[in-house]
Amino acid sequence: MALKSQARSTGQRILQAFLAAGAQEVQPDILQPAEVLLDLYGEDIRARAFVTADPGQGEYMLRPDFTVPVVQAHMRTGAEPARYCYLGEVFRKQDHSGAGRAIEYQQVGYEVFDREDPAAADAEVFSLFNGLLARFALSATIGDMGILRAAVEGLDTMPARKAALLRHIWRPVRFQKLLKRYAGISAPPAGRAAVLAGARPEAPWIGQRSAQEMDLRIKLLQEEAQCPPVAAEDVARLDALFALSCPAAQAPEALRALDIAAIAPAITRLESRLAALRARRIDLDAVQFDASHGRSTMEYYDGFVFSFAAADPDLPFVATGGRYDALTRILGQGAEIPAVGGMIRPGVLADLEAGA
Amino acid sequence: MSVIKLGVPSKGRLMEKTFEWFATRGVTLKRTGSAREYAGAVEGAEGVELVLLSASEIPRELAAGRIHLGVTGSDLVRDKLADWDRQLAALAPMGFGHADLIIAVPDCWADVETLEDLDAVAHAFRTTHGLRLRIATKYHRLVREYLTREGVADYQIVDSQGATEGTVKNLTAEVIADITSSGETLRANHLKILSDGMIHSSQATLFAARSADWAGLRPQFEKFAAQLGVDAGAI
Repeated sequence: MALKSQARSTGQRILQAFLAAGAQEVQPDILQPAEVLLDLYGEDIRARAFVTADPGQGEYMLRPDFTVPVVQAHMRTGAEPARYCYLGEVFRKQDHSGAGRAIEYQQVGYEVFDREDPAAADAEVFSLFNGLLARFALSATIGDMGILRAAVEGLDTMPARKAALLRHIWRPVRFQKLLKRYAGISAPPAGRAAVLAGARPEAPWIGQRSAQEMDLRIKLLQEEAQCPPVAAEDVARLDALFALSCPAAQAPEALRALDIAAIAPAITRLESRLAALRARRIDLDAVQFDASHGRSTMEYYDGFVFSFAAADPDLPFVATGGRYDALTRILGQGAEIPAVGGMIRPGVLADLEAGA
Repeated sequence: MSVIKLGVPSKGRLMEKTFEWFATRGVTLKRTGSAREYAGAVEGAEGVELVLLSASEIPRELAAGRIHLGVTGSDLVRDKLADWDRQLAALAPMGFGHADLIIAVPDCWADVETLEDLDAVAHAFRTTHGLRLRIATKYHRLVREYLTREGVADYQIVDSQGATEGTVKNLTAEVIADITSSGETLRANHLKILSDGMIHSSQATLFAARSADWAGLRPQFEKFAAQLGVDAGAI
């Protein structure tokens, strides 16, 4: 593993490139208020944050990533459009040992807040990263959570089912189980029919969840039981979509071939993004499009996603990034700005440099 | 001469059952000195030393390589050690100390039978109360890993080191994850087990430490393993 100083000098070099690209450097605090921010992360980062407490000021965590504090700072003070960069440590507990499982490592990142032309902003971030990482022979993969979301939103079924599926788009295991249930492939729990018919256990009511909350859910389950199953061909189309993997140049055609009407606008957006990438001389035959990319790792990205990976599968991603419009909506409490960005791990890069 | 250090729970039924298990294999373990002194002796096996420890400390002592062999619950090893099987080898399940780590919810929740229900309720609960559904447990790692694998969201783990079944009634948690053998305590506290809420079926197990210093101990370990009827090749 590279020395911290080597990682830092690699990080500094990249930071200079980000500054040269027009970004303004931000330096979020290492100690971030835990209660508010932890809620914004997916379970993965949440469970792995180092949380500590100040006797007077309450719970704090060691910064587990930069994106959320950067968005927060932008929402407080930022003028538009804005470009930010940063370099510093993040801290994450590791449940597994092994290479690339550092609990403290550096990230150097670049974030663009620009509502003019999302496709151009996506391409700007990707091509900046691609240029900086070109000499390392990494494999680049892109995806688009927006396409997956559009496919789910377009299902011919009740809104509550779609909402439940969308909520689990980042958790493929649960998503698949729910889809099977909604398609009538797996049966409801054994006691469900009796409960829907009004059966209740003879047990005292305990706990914070109220009986009204239960009644509300049972009502929803009753409506659900009346709703026809999701058609088998729609399930097959979704499965095919999730499994789609091809060179980015062929992605629009491959997606159209799936015959999912609801994703047509999202495919058009993908095409403008690909055109913007081509205009920046990105070879789209060398970039892989993976429809499920980012599903299990990158909660809060809700559109374009990308990563750069080294050949060694034990190494973590060298760089990851994507679009996170919804996060700005949550942090902006109504105010929203399309945002895209990514980070590079200079430590991993320094390892590759040392090995090269 | 260097010795193989064998860590065994220092009191209670777990200690007695462990002594019995070894006794049926011709190895006599016993506590020496006064009843309050944690010293022990081994008869019937060469070069093995008894170390009496709290069952909950045995995983850590094994991982650190301070003892070569140790008896403890398979649940404790999985919960206390990251990547436990890279650090320890399970030599033999011992057939006692059975306990299941399960997820239980209030019996009055007619609409909750499965993890799928729990997940849906967690989401609604968070929307209504502005609070992630609280799961009281002392098995943080096992519970979190299980729920992550199963894709359950919108919960939080709250620490409970004892009387966990009472936390729901006391409004400090909505759900519990705890070990149970007969389920009586759960019933008495008006809780029911989710149909797919079995996280781990635990029993007392003889473990060996991969990182302990085995230099020069190989012959006596093989002899000891043969006597116990366990596979020495695991380590």
